[in-house]
Amino acid sequence: MNLRIELKGGAMTASMRGELDHHTAGEMREQIDSTAKKVRPQKLILDFKEVPFMDSSGIGLILGRVRTAALWGGRVTVRGLSPQLKKMAELSGISALAVLEDAGKGAKT
Amino acid sequence: MKQIINRMELRFPSGSVNESFARGAVSAFVLCLDPLVTDLNDLKTAVSEAVTNAIVHGYRDTIGTVYITAVIYADGTVQVKVRDRGCGIPDIEKAMEPLFTTGGEERAGLGFAVMQSFCDSVRVISKPQKGTTVTLTKRFERKPNGE
Repeated sequence: MNLRIELKGGAMTASMRGELDHHTAGEMREQIDSTAKKVRPQKLILDFKEVPFMDSSGIGLILGRVRTAALWGGRVTVRGLSPQLKKMAELSGISALAVLEDAGKGAKT
Repeated sequence: MKQIINRMELRFPSGSVNESFARGAVSAFVLCLDPLVTDLNDLKTAVSEAVTNAIVHGYRDTIGTVYITAVIYADGTVQVKVRDRGCGIPDIEKAMEPLFTTGGEERAGLGFAVMQSFCDSVRVISKPQKGTTVTLTKRFERKPNGE
């Protein structure tokens, strides 16, 4: 699992690569938070385009970042979910707490 | 009794690094059914949830052994049992409620909800201090133009 972080204006994009489970989510969380807590982005974008698999640990990761970003009034946007990951996201009701971009929109950029 | 066409057993220590090994091994085992990608991913996800539960909850402060047995039946049904000899679940009904978790802030509490939604049936047997067995059953559809 690895991570690329990009800062642009008030937005921070964290692009993850690899399978996201309980084992890999911990390290992802630490890496995302260490930058996010310094930068305090208004918009924290989590990009799953290169995540071929995730279980509910991925939802835990999103929920945790929603809580963290809320500390400074930031919002989380979730980008690049494959149909399989989207199924998980829909089951969790996460769309009430984070902005879910549709795959088409994520792929265009 | 349905005819069994293949069977496998697996045991491994409850280190979290084995979560990906376990779901990968079960996916590889059912590949002979030439499954649809969505069916395969559903089972893989459910196995990941069950194994993570054994590791995070069953063997909370210790390393134990996780056991998996998987069976493929002639009609395309797959049954996967994930067993631990860990602390057990005191209240199964409560544990299966969506969003309930004893795993702390970073756990979504969705493990059983995901297993139920991604499989045809989920059975949980648990005894405090004895361990937990989760049985996942999923029928694999044949591809429309398969054979």
